[in-house]
Amino acid sequence: MAEVTATKARPKHLNLMQIRMPLPAYVSILHRVSGAGLFLFLGGLIWLLDASLGTREQYAAFTGVIGFTLAGIPIVKLILLGLLWSFLHHFCAGIRFLLLDVHVGIELASARASAFAVFGVSLVMTLVLGGALW
Amino acid sequence: MVKRLVVGAHYGFRDWLAQRVTATVMALYTVIFAVQLLSLPEHTNAAWRAMFAGGFMKFASFLFFMSLFYHAWVGVRDIWMDYVQSISVRLTLHVITLLVLVGYAGWVAQILWRL
Repeated sequence: MAEVTATKARPKHLNLMQIRMPLPAYVSILHRVSGAGLFLFLGGLIWLLDASLGTREQYAAFTGVIGFTLAGIPIVKLILLGLLWSFLHHFCAGIRFLLLDVHVGIELASARASAFAVFGVSLVMTLVLGGALW
Repeated sequence: MVKRLVVGAHYGFRDWLAQRVTATVMALYTVIFAVQLLSLPEHTNAAWRAMFAGGFMKFASFLFFMSLFYHAWVGVRDIWMDYVQSISVRLTLHVITLLVLVGYAGWVAQILWRL
């Protein structure tokens, strides 16, 4: 194997707090964060599905948990709203990544526009669906 | 033309592809779920139960959850591989993730086929 020598010092690490990231970077980071969040709450979400489809007692437990408030704040509904946004962001960003995989919208301008659309569509849909389901 | 020597177990490509196939299944189910939900005659618990009790929805929901668990396995495993450098801690987290997801699969099957 040929010997390789580094000719210039490459950056050892990039400080995410100091570099200015383009919008698609935020879509990508939030894709991972939203996925991790959905995984962490997956057990709770399956429990809610179970209770909502269960016996009368289980359904009563379901409505009790959904309506749970802490110091007047509907904490469970707020968490579910956050998970709804996580799902919608993950969904929209995922479709964008699938399109990028098949080379749709890989130019700088369209990639930036689709990243903007991911944020716009998922946030508006969160407000519309969250409002309708609240 | 560059002729590359491809070596390895190819599980990287397999997981990359599985991530996209399962994502497509879940995206299609999301549309089906939304249409079913919007066409409910009334917004009651009975209508919600009836929606999942149908044979097609049971089948589709089960496929959705199986896709979700495989998708979550690949995604969460990638997170552990990126941030957890200690081999023993990483292996432990991989095993816990896998066991939790397999348990969820059994739980979901029981939820759906009890209806």
